[in-house]
Amino acid sequence: MDLRDTPAEAAFRAEVREFIAQNLPASSKRRGARRFEDEDREWSKRLGDAGYAGLTWPKEYGGAGAPYSHQAIYLEELARAEAPSHLGVIGLGMAGPTIIAFGTDAQKNRYLAKILSAEEIWCQGFSEPDAGSDLAAARTRIEDQGDHFLVNGQKVWSSFAHIADFCILVGLGVPEAPRYKNLTYVIVDMHAPGVEVRPLVQITGHPEFNEIFFTDVKVPKENLLGEIGGGWQVAMTTLLHERGTLGFALSATLDVAVRKLIALAKEHNVVDPILRDRIAREWVELQALKYTNYRALTTLQKTGIPGPEGSASKLVWSEANQRLTKLALEILGSEAQLTDGDGYWQYQQLRSRGNTIEAGTSEILRNIVAERVLDMPRSR
Amino acid sequence: MDFSFSPEQDDLRREARAFLEATPAPTMEQLAELGWVGILRSNDFTFLDAAVLFEELGRALYAGPFVLNEIAGRPGDDVWSIEIDGFVPHLAEVSRVLTPELTAEPADGEALATVDETLGLGRIARNGGTATDGDWDDTRRKLLVAFALEAVGIGAKAIELAIAYVSKREQFGKKIGSYQAISHSLVDGYVAVELGRSLAYWAAWSVAEGDADAELAAVAAKSQAAEAAVLACEKSIQAHGGIGFTWEHPLHRYYKRALWLEGALGYGREQRAEIARSLLS
Repeated sequence: MDLRDTPAEAAFRAEVREFIAQNLPASSKRRGARRFEDEDREWSKRLGDAGYAGLTWPKEYGGAGAPYSHQAIYLEELARAEAPSHLGVIGLGMAGPTIIAFGTDAQKNRYLAKILSAEEIWCQGFSEPDAGSDLAAARTRIEDQGDHFLVNGQKVWSSFAHIADFCILVGLGVPEAPRYKNLTYVIVDMHAPGVEVRPLVQITGHPEFNEIFFTDVKVPKENLLGEIGGGWQVAMTTLLHERGTLGFALSATLDVAVRKLIALAKEHNVVDPILRDRIAREWVELQALKYTNYRALTTLQKTGIPGPEGSASKLVWSEANQRLTKLALEILGSEAQLTDGDGYWQYQQLRSRGNTIEAGTSEILRNIVAERVLDMPRSR
Repeated sequence: MDFSFSPEQDDLRREARAFLEATPAPTMEQLAELGWVGILRSNDFTFLDAAVLFEELGRALYAGPFVLNEIAGRPGDDVWSIEIDGFVPHLAEVSRVLTPELTAEPADGEALATVDETLGLGRIARNGGTATDGDWDDTRRKLLVAFALEAVGIGAKAIELAIAYVSKREQFGKKIGSYQAISHSLVDGYVAVELGRSLAYWAAWSVAEGDADAELAAVAAKSQAAEAAVLACEKSIQAHGGIGFTWEHPLHRYYKRALWLEGALGYGREQRAEIARSLLS
């Protein structure tokens, strides 16, 4: 056990820190209300050019083939500098790894490089109005028409869809087949005729995610990932990557939030012992999450398989972020009712309510821990 | 960065677990034969090696003065306890007592009726003590980490017992562990214990290395891990239903030890007040 950086890790950390100092546009700090503006695209391109976008991707696909510890260091340093993350998070964390696992050579050649460079942005078409946690109930039709697929249906809660070039789409490909064997997984060009994106305004007032409507959208056969009817397995790979690489991004984000909370408490000269107890509790929780992620990282580096330590990270983070942002409002006092100034905490607190819903609800995550980590009897 | 125990430490854990399953109430002589006594003073071992033992002893509900004797760290044939919050655990089983004022007291005093009967708290008479060398801050830091590690062992065991029970107990024709009201509650206990485990290992490493964060790590680990152990025991008792509330079931012993650890050297809120002073100054 040695919790210090190795010499190679320390050198990499110094390099990333220097890169951020030299390249991060001053106006690009994490804003209270996040919008995906052009400078984020420029920043993302710089991250891609420097080789940071696909740190853990294999070299043959344009990645750096670096150990997972470098990914953790990179995310920690971005958080420390309050730098925005790469715009192509869905391409990098979900679509890319899925294409690497299931894609044809032609698909790998066509898509992977432009994910890294942020030239092409991806979104995810999984959830539907009647199929949220129950992905296997997806009803968007992906019909095999011989020389193409015909897509009809509606997806929802899709971040980045309004600026996306491609969508990883899961839908009903073989309606007569049993559950889990009836889904098909395709890549859809978001600029194709029949694709319509409508922004959904969240409780924050910001349209961060969207509905996507597909009306007789023709998708080329070569856009199939996996097999017709084999979409469930492909989708599980996508979700494994979504949750597997998320831990470090989350503890890095929480690190920023705790720093800001402590700064706020100092600014307001907090003497109330109950508030101080709650602030200390969030700091402890952050350390616990961070070191739990380190334990998971060590398991991952030694075995190549994510350990059970990391399975609860998202669950812990989401609830911590909700408590922490609420605590910040209490420190602000009556000011918290106003949106004057930057409205940072007001936005963050409302936004945090989505944290226990997006990327697996807390209820689904507790089921996963119960059944797959603790091997308890299945609930269904 | 490597956050894992060495193969030797993993072996030590396996040996300790097997030994304590076969010998749940070892004497100090038996522990000395294993080479455990004096491990903290030995140059061949670090605090991290001892940490493995502290956690396993917690898991086994070990009821003796070994941990405190190690942390008191005195050479010689005496077995030591340490006065904690005015009380001396295992008073009847030791010959000397280290106090926070850094005096060495004879183990003379009264035995007190203790909720955790295996803890055997006593109050010393405090006559005939002599000044002794040492550093109470260092002793306290090690105690906090040892308590955190013991708590991790207890909390993990309490959750394991609950999972085993709800995986076979049936009501309404189904295993009760399939009901989310049960499983989600135990997941919350498990997650809290795992967070405590990460903090306790971080703190143990920090103490072993003399890291600058050792004090904060120790305080954070004790506050979280001890509360997690109490939570895990309470969730386990609830999941067991009536049987978990009986004297015959072992759960109450884990629970009472967890309650001791939660309050020892101050409750979590006292440790968090210390953390807040450090963060907000």
